[in-house]
Amino acid sequence: MNALKAWIQRYQLASMVLLVVLLAVVLPLSLDIFRLNLVGKYLTYAFVAIGLVMVWGYGGVLSLGQGVFFGLGGYAMAMFLKLEASDSVSTAIQSTPGIPDFMDWNQITALPALWVPFKSLPFALAAVVAVPMLLAFIISYAMFKRRVGGVYFAIITQAVALILTVLIIGQQGYTGGVNGMTDLKTVLGWDTRTDSAKYILYYVCVVLLIGSMVLCRKVQTSKLGTLLLAMRDKEDRVRFSGYDVADFKIFTFCLAAALSGIGGALFSLQVGFMSPSFVGIVPSIEMVIYAAVGGRMSLVGAVYGTLLVNAGKTYFSESFPDMWLFLMAALFIGVTMAFPMGLAGVWEEHVKPWWKARRQALRDAAIKAPQASIPRAAQPSEVIASKPALPDGASAQSV
Amino acid sequence: MSNTDFALAVEDLTVSFDGFKAIDALTLYIDRNELRVIIGPNGAGKTTLLDLICGKTRATGGSIKFKNQELSNMAEHQRVRLGIGRKFQTPSIYENLSVFQNLEVSYPAGRSVFGALAFKCTDEVKACVQVVAEDIGLGDKLDTEAGLLSHGQKQWLEIGMLLMQEPELLMLDEPIAGMSARERELTAELLQRICKNRAVIVIEHDMEFVKRIAHKVTVMHQGKILAEGPMEKVQADPKVIDVYLGH
Repeated sequence: MNALKAWIQRYQLASMVLLVVLLAVVLPLSLDIFRLNLVGKYLTYAFVAIGLVMVWGYGGVLSLGQGVFFGLGGYAMAMFLKLEASDSVSTAIQSTPGIPDFMDWNQITALPALWVPFKSLPFALAAVVAVPMLLAFIISYAMFKRRVGGVYFAIITQAVALILTVLIIGQQGYTGGVNGMTDLKTVLGWDTRTDSAKYILYYVCVVLLIGSMVLCRKVQTSKLGTLLLAMRDKEDRVRFSGYDVADFKIFTFCLAAALSGIGGALFSLQVGFMSPSFVGIVPSIEMVIYAAVGGRMSLVGAVYGTLLVNAGKTYFSESFPDMWLFLMAALFIGVTMAFPMGLAGVWEEHVKPWWKARRQALRDAAIKAPQASIPRAAQPSEVIASKPALPDGASAQSV
Repeated sequence: MSNTDFALAVEDLTVSFDGFKAIDALTLYIDRNELRVIIGPNGAGKTTLLDLICGKTRATGGSIKFKNQELSNMAEHQRVRLGIGRKFQTPSIYENLSVFQNLEVSYPAGRSVFGALAFKCTDEVKACVQVVAEDIGLGDKLDTEAGLLSHGQKQWLEIGMLLMQEPELLMLDEPIAGMSARERELTAELLQRICKNRAVIVIEHDMEFVKRIAHKVTVMHQGKILAEGPMEKVQADPKVIDVYLGH
């Protein structure tokens, strides 16, 4: 029983189950498909947020360029979808039928070599994970092996985000430029724009997100997770205990990049387009805000943070179109000033102790009550009345 | 340079920081099973010497051989894996982890990324942690958060973390700094226990403590070795009295 409890605590199952119930049951039942699709979109950002929990919260390395990996995953998926949407029948009016419309507008007459492999779905899916990981590996290998860290790393990742945005916008013929890739319609003939498809994609997103969280929790509870915490505290001590510190950071950064890529791909699928506005500096920083608001040490917290900030963004922009950005800023500043560990910190430091104290008080009362009744020759009715308190107290003690 | 029987052979070692020679053509041999204490005034280059041996600082010239293996171009973690452990001057432990975790993380297995992912805390690891924890007097504090330990206990914990790796060369930089008299006593006993089957280098200022533990003493001054030998001989050396002990 205690082993089971330890196991549940180790994997934070209680909060995980609650999240699953919320995402898989409560939200689909209470929201219409438009809103649910919005939640699905937010959840794609949650992949980035849990990646940031690993890199920033556990690894202590702040990346301000996670949008890069989200974008690369999104573009890899969008390239496949765009090619499928650009069959020679529906593009018959172009001067070169069978290539994506934006290529035609830019006087490109043949499909670029880079695009050819994206005709295959397995290749595209592999690229969703592999391309972000590869770039993350190159960046992090170059940085961490040279022991670049902290604010320098943050600035460099931000520069990468800027460079990629400029590159995408500049290479309009190959990337769709500032408009991005639009009119994404089908996967192997399956129309992703119907309501039923949106439900299915939403659930695919939820399942993958939960899977990613379980994976991250596995990493956190392994020796690697302990080492990340140790490194954040005393990096030299870890190094002089026989570990190549850079390797662990590189791994974590690549893991976060892969997760972000998956998020990006799901974004392309659910929203039906991909554009540079999800790649650059501003979205990358927004993604850090999700993790900061939710709590950078908590996977579950990061998901709630993402949902809350995005819901706030949608609500404020619908209700207060003139000042929603100020309200968003107030939310962010307020949360980080008052609760440095985010919403998860509030839960751990305020709600839980309060609940424990309350339970303790109840337990004390339950113990006192029968004692108080002993001097007066216990009346049968009282004994019966105090009975239910005992099993409660007994079970509470083993918690 | 020839091969030797020494655990550690430092020959002609030099490091210069912008022209200032912190270590100047220094030669030093440490035997296996030896406990060597290095003393010297501030700025003599004692800590720099340890930094050079463990790889924190790169040498400008000369050679450092550990078990006849040249270390100069080796990365820090590789030197550790060869069997060199180093304790820092200020206690360097993972404050947010428990004593158990501090020791567990130092266990020499699962040192690669995927090794660490697959690492299981087996009974063998737990037993090893228990033995070391008893040795450093923290056997009943395994679940305590390391940040809550007293200063002396933190120093012991860091020594324990090194012992987990069973190093063949152990380097301790001022292990008793900030300790009470009783703690110094216990630390001296601990050092005498752990210097068996390995070479130990200790940097220390407290002469009573040095007398108690040292097999041999090396006196450093301005990056060079001033004197070397048993404590009595070194203490009687007029050069040493002049630069250090006399003041």
